[in-house]
Formats: sequence, C-alpha cells, structure tokens
Amino acid sequence: MTGTVGQDILLNLGRIDELARLDSPIHRLDARIKVLTTLLFLVFVVSFPKYTVSALFPFFLYPFYLMTAAHVPAGFLLRRLAAVCPLAVLLGIWNPLLDRQTVLSVGFLAVSGGWLSFCSILLRFGLTVGSVLILIATTGLESVCAALEKIKIPRIFVLQILFLYRYLFVLTEEAARMLRARSIRSFDRRGTGLLSFRGMAGSLLLRTFERAERISQAMYCRAFEGRIPTTQTFHINRQDIFFFFFWTAFFAVFRWINPVSIWSRLFEGISG
Amino acid sequence: MSHHLMEADNLFYTYPDGTAALQGISFRITHGQSVALVGGNGAGKSTLLLHLCGCLLPTQGTLRIGNLPVSRQTLAAVRKTVGMVFQDPDDQLFMPTVYEDAAFGPHNLGLDAQQVRPLVEEALRRTGVLHLQNRPPFRLSAGEKRRAAIASVLAMSPDILVLDEPSANLDPQARRELIDLLRSFEHTKIIATHDLDLAMDLCERTIVLEGGKILLDGPTEEVFQNEQVLLKARLGKPLRLQGCPICGWKKPPAG
Repeated sequence: MTGTVGQDILLNLGRIDELARLDSPIHRLDARIKVLTTLLFLVFVVSFPKYTVSALFPFFLYPFYLMTAAHVPAGFLLRRLAAVCPLAVLLGIWNPLLDRQTVLSVGFLAVSGGWLSFCSILLRFGLTVGSVLILIATTGLESVCAALEKIKIPRIFVLQILFLYRYLFVLTEEAARMLRARSIRSFDRRGTGLLSFRGMAGSLLLRTFERAERISQAMYCRAFEGRIPTTQTFHINRQDIFFFFFWTAFFAVFRWINPVSIWSRLFEGISG
Repeated sequence: MSHHLMEADNLFYTYPDGTAALQGISFRITHGQSVALVGGNGAGKSTLLLHLCGCLLPTQGTLRIGNLPVSRQTLAAVRKTVGMVFQDPDDQLFMPTVYEDAAFGPHNLGLDAQQVRPLVEEALRRTGVLHLQNRPPFRLSAGEKRRAAIASVLAMSPDILVLDEPSANLDPQARRELIDLLRSFEHTKIIATHDLDLAMDLCERTIVLEGGKILLDGPTEEVFQNEQVLLKARLGKPLRLQGCPICGWKKPPAG
C-alpha cells in the first residue's frame, strides 16, 4: 500500500512532540498563559466580519513571532497546514459560486463578495490552525491539556483530547494494517470498492469499541475514579504576564484598527 | 490475614450472549505461589483473569482475595491487592509518558506527588525502564512496552500479580529477560500463557483449563508430562520436554 500524504503526516505526528521538548523563551512560558493567549487570538481572528481580508494581516505577526522565537521550522508547519487545507477549501469554495455580488474593484478587476469571503476563510484557517499547531509544538499536548484543565475546561473534553492523541497512532496503524491486508488480496482493483471499505470501516469501529473497553478495564484496575492525575506544576512569572498583556493589547488594537486601509487611504491622500 | 491468598469456589460465568465461559472453577492459591494458567483459545483463561481483578463478577460462586469476597463493595480493596498486566501493553499504557503512566495508579490511590515519585522510580528501576520515563509509550519497542506495563502495576505495590500472555510478541532475548524479571518478584503470581516453557521456568504449579472447567491442577512438571491432558486442552508438551529433533535424546527427569 502506498501511504497517502495525510497518513505520512499522521504517522509522523511524533515530530511535534520532539519540537515540544526543545527549549526556547516560548517553550519556557507558562502553558496556561500560552493556551489563554492563543484562545484569545482565536476569538479575535474569528470575530471579524466575513469579507475581512486586509485587517487580518497584522494578526500574522503572532504566529510568526512564536515560530521564529521558538525555532519551529516553517516547512514543518506548512506541510501540516497543506494536509488539512482541503477541508478549509471545501468549506469555502461554495462562496464564490453563491455570492456573486461585486463588492470591490481593483482597477478593471471586479472582485465578488464570494471570492473575498473565500480568501478570508483561507486566511483565518491559516491563522487559527497554524497558531494552534505552534502552541502544541512549543508546549506539548499533555501540557496543553493540563493547562486546559487548570483553566477550568470541563475534564471530559480534556480527557477526550488526551485519549484521541494517545490512540491516534494505534488506530492509524490498525487501519494501515487493514488496508495492507486488503491490497495484497485485491487484484486489478477488484475488492477495493466501496463495499469492502464499508466492511473495513465497520470492523475498525468494532475493534475501537473493544479496545476502549479493554482500556477502561485497565484504568479501573488501577483505581481510576474519573480523574486523570497530572504531574505538571505551573508557575507564572513576569515574562508570562508581559507576554499575555502585550499580545492581548495587540489583538485588541488591531481588531479595531486596520493599518492596511489606513496606509492605502494615506497613499490615496498623498497621490490624490 | 494474608492479602496474598486467592480462593475460587465453584465459579460460573456466562456472557450476555449466552456463552458459558466458566463452569465451576475452584482453586486455592496461597502466599508466594506462582501458578500458570494454561489452555487453548477459548478455554476461559481471559475470563478467569478478568474475574481476578474484579472486571467481571461471577454469575455464581465466590472468589475471595485476601479474606475479602470480590464484590462491588470490595472492588477498591481488590484492585489495590491485585495488579493486572494486560496482554496488549497499548491498552494499559494510556498516559502521555511512561512516568505518568506508572504514576497513574498511585495517584488514584490518593498519594501526593512526593509520595508517588519514589514508588514510580523504584518500579521503573526494577523493570529496567527508568531511562525511558519521559518517553511517550507509543515510541517504545514491544519489550520496553511490556516492562513499562509491568512497572505501571508494580508502582501500586500489589500483593498478587496477574499477567495475561506476558511473553506474547516478544523476541527471544526480550522473552528471556522478562522471565528473569518475573522470577525476581516475590509476589504471588498468576500467569496465563501458551508459552509452556515459560510456565516451566516460572511456575511450580499449573492449572489446565478446558471448556471453562479445570482439567488438571498440580505441580507443573507432572502436569506437563501428562500428554493426554495436554492434547485434550489443545496444548502440547513444552519443547524442552520433547526429544531432540536430530538425535532423539531426552533429558532424564530430575531426581
């Protein structure tokens, strides 16, 4: 079986843990501060109206700063963004078809609202997914989860994320083994159709249920009572507080001020 | 009162789908004994093991661990006494790192971080995986995973160790190391396995299961000489009790 891009990236997920174990001023920041700042960032980015494009540009500074200060390789980030990009494209591609009203004209080019909102979706996708990836690559998923629990996100969600991450690898390997087993017994594409896929998906689901049952037995055997203990300790210092307030102020300011439009107006003013 | 005692009296268990997995199992395992539980696929080994750690409760009969009958009310005490090592380490190692996994049990028993650390480090040291403590479990080899899984149970200081197919999926070297490791434990041990040579190495007593019933229960050497019983239980003589395939020489029985 030839591995698809998505699968390679999934199997290579451990790379993000390696990055999280490195050291930098960003890595040393308190996990709760990073999680909170990133959450705020997400809220601000999502809060813009649907045709917003240029006002989003200043927000690229946040992921870009984290990336450079924490030495997260750009290639690593771009490859992962590219892998999930089709989802965002699929969501946004209907806009240019449905919303054909011209809202902007650049020279003789008329830009419809649909294209503008499509661009906005892609930009926001890059910003949000990118910044969350950087958060995990500089903090580690378990610390992110511990921080989420500390800031009172319901435990059940945190547990889900932890377990999803832990068993992603096991499940991917299981699926890969099944695909391999199918491909060596299917000739001339016979047997690779939807019918066998349906069977495989079903049996993967059943296996997942069985595994979930065994895991819960293993947990109860070790005195589990609904709470995952954490060995993480947190400590907030001055850098953390500065980081949080600086970026919150930054997001707030550029939520209401669009430097691109100010510059273009200035430019028009000068040239006019 | 000994925590190490385990006594089953006429255990019956029927799965919701009607499969009668245990049909009148009785045995008594005392302090420090090492017992092999052998039998073919579907003989009831796994079902019995799930009873020993309180994951299943018998439909009929009683199981006593220490002096406590296993029931919903005594589950916490039973699970503190019995450490269960599952067959697939991936089912058991669910925490993000090896250390956190070993700390999971002690934390749940209400110990704080300072009390947990020495317990976990000792368990990881005994199983030889202390250097892997910060690694995520999915990155380990099968042998390392098995050791980490055993450490996660040892950290709870159980009196009785129950192991399901401990040598499954291990290479011969990892298997030998595992046997040495298990031999070094003074716990009461119950080992379900198809690896009869491992049973000979570790267990002085063997219980043969077949169709949810005990076919034979006795000293390991004697049980494994009984070819009729082994064949009936879908087993075969351990390799070392068979003759040399080239010259036919057999080691004479001890004594």
